[in-house]
Amino acid sequence: MLILVTYDVATVDTSGKRRLRRVAQACEDYGVRVQKSVFECQVGQKEWVLLRNRLLTEIKADEDSLRFYFLDEKAVQRTEHHGVDKPINLSEPLIL
Amino acid sequence: MQQNTLFLTTPGTYVARDHLTLQVEVPIYPDDLPPEQRAKDTATGQRKVAIPIHHLESICVFGLATISPPALDLCWENGVAVNYLNEWGRLHARLTGVADTSVILRRAQFRAADDPSRCTAISRQIIAGKLQNSRNSLLRAARETTDLGDKERLDAVTDALGRQIRDLPELDMVDSLRGSEGIAASLYFMVLALTLKQQREDFAFKSRSRRPPRDRINCLLSFLYALVRHDCIAALTVVGLDPFVGFLHVERPNRPSLALDLMEEFRPWLADRLAITLINRQQLGPADFNEREGGAVELTEAGRKRVIKAYQERKQETLHHPLLDQNLRIAQLPFIQARVLARHLRGDLTDYVPFVPK
Repeated sequence: MLILVTYDVATVDTSGKRRLRRVAQACEDYGVRVQKSVFECQVGQKEWVLLRNRLLTEIKADEDSLRFYFLDEKAVQRTEHHGVDKPINLSEPLIL
Repeated sequence: MQQNTLFLTTPGTYVARDHLTLQVEVPIYPDDLPPEQRAKDTATGQRKVAIPIHHLESICVFGLATISPPALDLCWENGVAVNYLNEWGRLHARLTGVADTSVILRRAQFRAADDPSRCTAISRQIIAGKLQNSRNSLLRAARETTDLGDKERLDAVTDALGRQIRDLPELDMVDSLRGSEGIAASLYFMVLALTLKQQREDFAFKSRSRRPPRDRINCLLSFLYALVRHDCIAALTVVGLDPFVGFLHVERPNRPSLALDLMEEFRPWLADRLAITLINRQQLGPADFNEREGGAVELTEAGRKRVIKAYQERKQETLHHPLLDQNLRIAQLPFIQARVLARHLRGDLTDYVPFVPK
């Protein structure tokens, strides 16, 4: 399944910066960074449980916010990208 | 979730680990730099790609790339096999973790190989693909020829092959399928020489002879088949199948039966077609072959190099894959077809679907 993860982490203090780093790392482990705090995560059931738990334990509910968008497979093909840093599609043949 | 295979083909590529991702650093070389000078210090730049490990099923390393020990460890933990192939696609080694997940697939393969009705079903599909591809290439030759006599003979064989394809569903034993395939092959090879437009005298050909090949075309075909076979062995191993346990071909010690099964559909349009093209374009001539005492014919070293080069170049061309509805490089097709076969053996696909190019 394809899940779009977006977040806002309050970075007013050092513990906020630490949370931001750790939330970003969790997303990088399971998905592709498409913008600064937006990740497309193509995951199976197992990976989703792991990622969701990790994100929910990292954030501080009274300061940060997290949003998960559950998209169907076709949504990737209907997506348009304009401008720099076009992300790699990990479902296509990976020939480097 | 469908997993992917990562192909590393650029010399000097380095793969490191970062948490649960592989960080692939691909050097960028100037286009005019000859391949043998491509190494880390001649690169002009670098492209970085991060891949979460759960996206991968296996990695294929062609030639010189380095995977760091922590990255290898990440692969093993996640059941990702790392395959080392030389730049011609020949499989040299395969690293897998102790918990190799392909065991379920291999059991499914062995069970199917022990079940005569499943062997028959898979063999029928394989032969249907091969006959279809053989017929298509003769149809094309018949369209292109200007000689009426040749056209008549080609038409007779394409008609016969068409009838055989129609009759395949009625054959319910592997042996009768093998018989049908044998008849089709001898018909096909009877007229294969008619697809030659140049050098017909130097490349006379009557029927298939092997071990040893007794004429130049047979020699060329045997060599090309060996190249295709290596690609099929690599593809099957990478997918997690055992290349030595086949359905159509009988098992014998050291015989890669499943690779022989898989390559049937590739023979007409990849190997045979390339042999004919090389002769028609006069990229190969009589000087590229030697005759040994006793009548065996072999390629000279220069000839062999030219054939390998042509084969590798041909594999870079793209073809449309009807099942996946995608354009793919020919080099990937054995891997794709091996995965189609794996999906059938796992029960995800009712039939094995051979590749028939348009």
